[in-house]
Amino acid sequence: MPEIKVNERLCKGCELCTSACPKQCIAMSDKFSTTGYYPAMLAKQECCIGCGLCAQICPDLAIEVYK
Amino acid sequence: MGEKILMKGNEALAEGAIRAGCRFFSGYPITPQNEVPEYMSWRLPDEGGTFIQAESEVAAINMIYGAASTGMRCMTSSSSPGISLKQEGISYCAGADLPFFYANVVRGGPGLGNIAASQGDYHQSVRGGGHGDYRVLVLAPNSVDEMANFPKKCYELAFRYRMPSMILADGILGQMMEPVEFKFEPVDPKSFKEAGWELGLAAGRRKRIVRSYDLREGELEKINAARLKKYREIEEKEVLFEAKQCDDAELVVVAYGTSSRIAAAAVKMARDKGLKVGLFRPITLWPFPKKQLAKLAEKSRKFLVVEMSMGQFVDDVRLAVCGRIEVDLYARPAGIPSGEETFAAVEKSYKSMTPARAAAPAKTAKPKGKPGRPRKKPAKKAGRPAKKTRKGGRR
Amino acid sequence: MELVNKWPAGLVEMPLRYCPGCGHGIVHRIVGECLEELGIRERTVGVAPVGCSVFADDYFNCDMIQGPHGRGPAIATGIKRSKPECIVFSYQGDGDLASIGMAETIHSAARSENITVIFINNAIYGMTGGQMAPTTLIGQKASTCPRGRDPKVNGYPIRICELLQSLEGASYLERTSVHTAANAIKTKKAVKRAFQNQIECKGFSLVEVLSMCPTGWEATPLNSVKYIADKMMPLYPLGVYRSPEQREQKEGGAA
Ligand SMILES: Cc1ncc(C[n+]2csc(CCOP(=O)(O)OP(=O)(O)O)c2C)c(N)n1
Ligand code: SF4
Repeated sequence: MPEIKVNERLCKGCELCTSACPKQCIAMSDKFSTTGYYPAMLAKQECCIGCGLCAQICPDLAIEVYK
Repeated sequence: MGEKILMKGNEALAEGAIRAGCRFFSGYPITPQNEVPEYMSWRLPDEGGTFIQAESEVAAINMIYGAASTGMRCMTSSSSPGISLKQEGISYCAGADLPFFYANVVRGGPGLGNIAASQGDYHQSVRGGGHGDYRVLVLAPNSVDEMANFPKKCYELAFRYRMPSMILADGILGQMMEPVEFKFEPVDPKSFKEAGWELGLAAGRRKRIVRSYDLREGELEKINAARLKKYREIEEKEVLFEAKQCDDAELVVVAYGTSSRIAAAAVKMARDKGLKVGLFRPITLWPFPKKQLAKLAEKSRKFLVVEMSMGQFVDDVRLAVCGRIEVDLYARPAGIPSGEETFAAVEKSYKSMTPARAAAPAKTAKPKGKPGRPRKKPAKKAGRPAKKTRKGGRR
Repeated sequence: MELVNKWPAGLVEMPLRYCPGCGHGIVHRIVGECLEELGIRERTVGVAPVGCSVFADDYFNCDMIQGPHGRGPAIATGIKRSKPECIVFSYQGDGDLASIGMAETIHSAARSENITVIFINNAIYGMTGGQMAPTTLIGQKASTCPRGRDPKVNGYPIRICELLQSLEGASYLERTSVHTAANAIKTKKAVKRAFQNQIECKGFSLVEVLSMCPTGWEATPLNSVKYIADKMMPLYPLGVYRSPEQREQKEGGAA
């Protein structure tokens, strides 16, 4: 099943990926990352289609797409 | 090599640079250095080099910054206002430790000034010139022959020490014609080896970065400290000067570039009249021949600085002798003195010298106000008008 | 499952120090991918500007030089003419390219210098703290026009692609944006083409990228994306402004 992994060390919680995801499966975590941001996370893994649009807009190369 | 050719100073400079391996020139027209880019524009392509007439001096120096970063022997030239515009780029080159060579064919200033010769850019040459803490190597030719042969020296120094080097000329040196002999075989750029910092073609190695900044705490100071060490080494090893008839001279005329030629004529007139006058000419203005001048101050009685500026060069002479000897100034800001005028200044300075030093230095004796002591003492006497005091010291 | 978006070889693997939601990072990734995909990374020299992307000299995994504010195209010219085998690009912000460096921009285009310019138009001076840029929109607030840019006082924004369009030397000019994933994909195509043109010695190429500066705009990243769509794009229409084909056709026609 396709999925994304968010690298919490790189994510700055800008939320751009949440708007890019056509399936709205990304949400923001409510826990601080070690770098002090609320990082993005794959909230609904089953709905990810592996399109990679989130990675296209991520300014921090924080999203790895697996397909 | 060997044969003498009649050449204009600016053209000799350009040809000298090409023979020294220069294959990239960018510049912008300004009088009195126009012959340099003009010459380069036809001569460089013949040698497989690049000539670019840039949109401004600012663009020209930044093209140099780019070209120099690849290890290319490159050159730019300009005259005073144009050099002012180039200073930011020169500072970046110094800050990024890039070697390149440039020439300032100085004209009258400030502002648009005039297009005649001047030495008004002394400070902006020997004090770095742009922002920040740095130096550039400054060579001051006083003949067309030196205009032709100094570029090679400039490249050697620039590449040895990875820093900018320059020739400080002026409108006279740039425009006059004299016989020239290139005293070196043309350098083949193919013979240059990479030193390990040059950009471009990175296959099989790590990326390289050329930059002049370091924002990390304390790092910039370390870099500058290393550069200071390099500058100290240069001051030890690379000083060039010429001393003529200084051994028995009571008055030493100190001058560089064009004014040193005029001064030489004046010194000859003085010698013909039996005055013991010598000529000291710094060839490198940075590094400055401080030690040599200080030594000379021990045996002569007075210095006279002749410069075609308000008194910029004299600052370095006075710093070098550190009050050990009186230093007179004949200043002609944006003026060109004749040999006779200069001789008149020499004679005046000579005649107003304090009497010869007492035969016995009498270190233990009380030096109270005796004639022949350095002026320092009488000047200390309070209440006396300085003028009178000085007169008292005169012969 | 296989990782489909490996870290591009054209970028050094390290965290980018831009603000959250800043468009610079997206364009960095795109350039890094293009260097890798075109196989030019090892012969590319990049020029980093003065501006937020001054650190591009650390980020791009190719030889880099950082130079004076606005002089990127002149520096690139010096490198390209010295080592024509190298691919040379200049990466610049709008203050850098369209204000202090305008002369270098126009003249390198006019000379049809065979270089690639990546121009980040975020309508503000990011690094110095949100001052007005030559591209700041009418009415847009900035720290040096706190009541909004007033044409009577501050004049009008400069449209670089339109301005350069009239120059014969400009070979390829395109304006794109990175405010959505789809636009980022288009930006990558444009950037790739701009490098390809240089490989084919077609002369001056410039890609202007509309980019978010949430910090300078005092907006959230999501609102910044909206700002580009609603405010910037009407003033700065996306599209190709000049292409090498156009020029070839014209030159062919004239012959
Ligand atoms: C000669 C000079 N003038 C001014 C500056 C200060 N300065 C640094 S960055 C900058 C503006 C950068 O804005 P822009 O090019 O739009 O890039 P951004 O930071 O928005 O990415 C200025 C004016 C400088 N470094 N050098
Ligand atoms: S100030 Fe603006 S341009 Fe600079 S890093 Fe932050 S968001 Fe990006």
